[in-house]
Amino acid sequence: MEKTLYTITIFSENTVGLLGQITIIFTRRGLNIETLSVSPSAIKGIHKFTVTLYSTEEVVRKVVQQIDKRIDILKSYYNTDEELVFQEIALYKVATEKFLEKGSVEELIRKYHVRILEMNNDFVVLQKAGHYDETQKMFDELSETIGVLQFIRSGRVAITRSKVERLSDMLSGIQEKFGK
Amino acid sequence: METKTKITGAEAFIRSLLSEGVDTIFGYPGGAIMPVFDALYDFDKHVNHILTRHEQGATHAAQGYARVSGKVGVCLITSGPAATNAVTGISDAMLDSTPMVVVTGQVGTALLGTDAFQEIDVVGITQPVTKWAYQIRKAEDIAWAVARAFYIARSGRPGPVVLDITKSAQFEKVEFDYKPCTFIRSYLPIPEINPAQIEEAARLINQAKKPFALVGQGVVLSGAEKELKTLLEKANIPAAWTLLGASAMASDFPLNKGFLGMHGNVGPNIKTNECDVLIAIGMRFDDRVTGDLSRYAKQAKIIHFDIDISEISKNVKADAPVLGNAKETLAAIIDKIQPAKHTEWIESFNEYDDREFEKIILKEVYPTTGEITMGEVIHKVTEATNNKAILVTDVGQNQMMAARYFKFTETRSMVTSGGLGTMGFGIPAAMGAKMGAPERTVCMFSGDGGFQMTIQELGTIMQEQIGVKMIILNNHFLGMVRQWQEMFFEERYSFTKMQNPDFIAIAKAYKIDGTEVHERENLDAAIADMLKDDKPYLLVVDVEMNGMVYPMIPTGASVSDILLETKIN
Repeated sequence: MEKTLYTITIFSENTVGLLGQITIIFTRRGLNIETLSVSPSAIKGIHKFTVTLYSTEEVVRKVVQQIDKRIDILKSYYNTDEELVFQEIALYKVATEKFLEKGSVEELIRKYHVRILEMNNDFVVLQKAGHYDETQKMFDELSETIGVLQFIRSGRVAITRSKVERLSDMLSGIQEKFGK
Repeated sequence: METKTKITGAEAFIRSLLSEGVDTIFGYPGGAIMPVFDALYDFDKHVNHILTRHEQGATHAAQGYARVSGKVGVCLITSGPAATNAVTGISDAMLDSTPMVVVTGQVGTALLGTDAFQEIDVVGITQPVTKWAYQIRKAEDIAWAVARAFYIARSGRPGPVVLDITKSAQFEKVEFDYKPCTFIRSYLPIPEINPAQIEEAARLINQAKKPFALVGQGVVLSGAEKELKTLLEKANIPAAWTLLGASAMASDFPLNKGFLGMHGNVGPNIKTNECDVLIAIGMRFDDRVTGDLSRYAKQAKIIHFDIDISEISKNVKADAPVLGNAKETLAAIIDKIQPAKHTEWIESFNEYDDREFEKIILKEVYPTTGEITMGEVIHKVTEATNNKAILVTDVGQNQMMAARYFKFTETRSMVTSGGLGTMGFGIPAAMGAKMGAPERTVCMFSGDGGFQMTIQELGTIMQEQIGVKMIILNNHFLGMVRQWQEMFFEERYSFTKMQNPDFIAIAKAYKIDGTEVHERENLDAAIADMLKDDKPYLLVVDVEMNGMVYPMIPTGASVSDILLETKIN
């Protein structure tokens, strides 16, 4: 069956051990996590996990329901790329000598919208934000031309195309109903 | 300024349990839980603590207690090996949705993470097999954590909770202030009833010509037995039950068509693939019920009543899911159901019942010659109790035979390890069941294999004089594995034959009465002797060595392909 890249967004209480609870649900089904990113959400005290994986909709739906079932998980959602605005960030370390030798620094910077974060006699650290294929393309080009000393890419961060955090509506609903 | 008196964390813990109405604890003391046990010493008038002989026994006893009483079973054990011993029972409770709180001691907070003596990552180990696992590191968290643990264990779809309490938290002083937990914002245990779902399910049922209901443990857990009966009678819907749904309907209820699944009755399995509307109530389409999913009820519209949204369309796609507590959803649908007859459809089960009786039941339950059969023993025991007893089983042939031939008149009368299939469940679960329903007769069937997995609990039975009636169906084999070897592994009986001890002598050493039966003519008298009083008793019956549980749906086969007796080639 055709596999699609899904982004799972999980909102949780900020308690110990939640990442473990989430990952065992993937492990049980033998699913590989592509990227993972965790941070506090816009709502105070609530954390947000963003996980991407290649899967079928049926599997991702079951995974999300099983994640949702954990006590300290407030809510989880899954989306395809079309429903999201998303971004990754990548850092590239290259040798200064080769970087300058290349002779086309301006072209590189214009082409990839690169920022230079650090530069010294030994190395240059470049930063590029973009989708996976964009950061990968620059990595491939640098590797072929001047070589990359170090490379790191973040997990995906994503926000929906709706106006507010979906969780806010849910939380206010619960609060209204239970008066808590 | 008024200051409250401070008490130790250990005492706060016991007071928290009392606040939750706990009156029975199954436990085993040890280093890291000693302060709590010490506090318990002062509360022996309020709490009945049962000292089991192994922590696994404590967990199964708590399960048996919970299953018959509907209360939360409680275990109190120490750290390290005690906690790992409990993992089997915790997992069993998870798969069978049994409300249980297991309290494990833990090393002092300062020692956490240092590989200290008897330190193990209990929360990490039990997280995948619990609804909630939490480590209490401070005495001030105790009341909050206990309240939350009981709320989670018993609400919604019930399940096990582990509280791992550090020794330092047990010693710390704290002001005790207990508030029961009634709400957790990230956990909504019962989905709100959706009227549209009720309407749609009612529409499908009213249109059905050949409706068929599958009854699971959800009916028992939500106490929906009456609503179920009303619904089935109103529209004259035949119904069958899963292993854990046994006793949700009385055995003699006319619409009760029997047991589903691998060793279930022929009619219900065949009819699953002939009905036009399948109404699943509080069951989860386990593979032992469905057989091959690609050939399971494909012709039918599926209505699925469940409290747990993650069960909807997990194994079988639901055309009409009905989320909610079964007692409430069934109550909501009854008024919308039109009376119906379905006479021809219901009568169409008879042919299969007759065939099963003739081919299987007659010789399994009513043999007149040859060796004693398993079914025969179960039948005689259930008759001798007027079908009023609680049935506890171990796992294997004894379990399937008991599910097939034991009869029920009351709900919450079946205690068995369904999901995990834990051999050794029988003895301790029976102890717990008797503690949970002391006025009832508890009959436990076990094989010779499973009995020896938790045989040490005879010590607990002796000490507490727990009046369980234990019956070993002794075929000197690991019978279910032997059956599979005969059917699917060319009769290569790899390590399934067992040399057994003198079980009666062992019982005698534990001061438990018992008798061994080899001849059919002695069976009735032995059963009468066993049931004459409320004392513990062991009945060992030598049954045929080559006994087979039929019918059978082999793994991977369709429910339509249920075998009545033929061997697979």
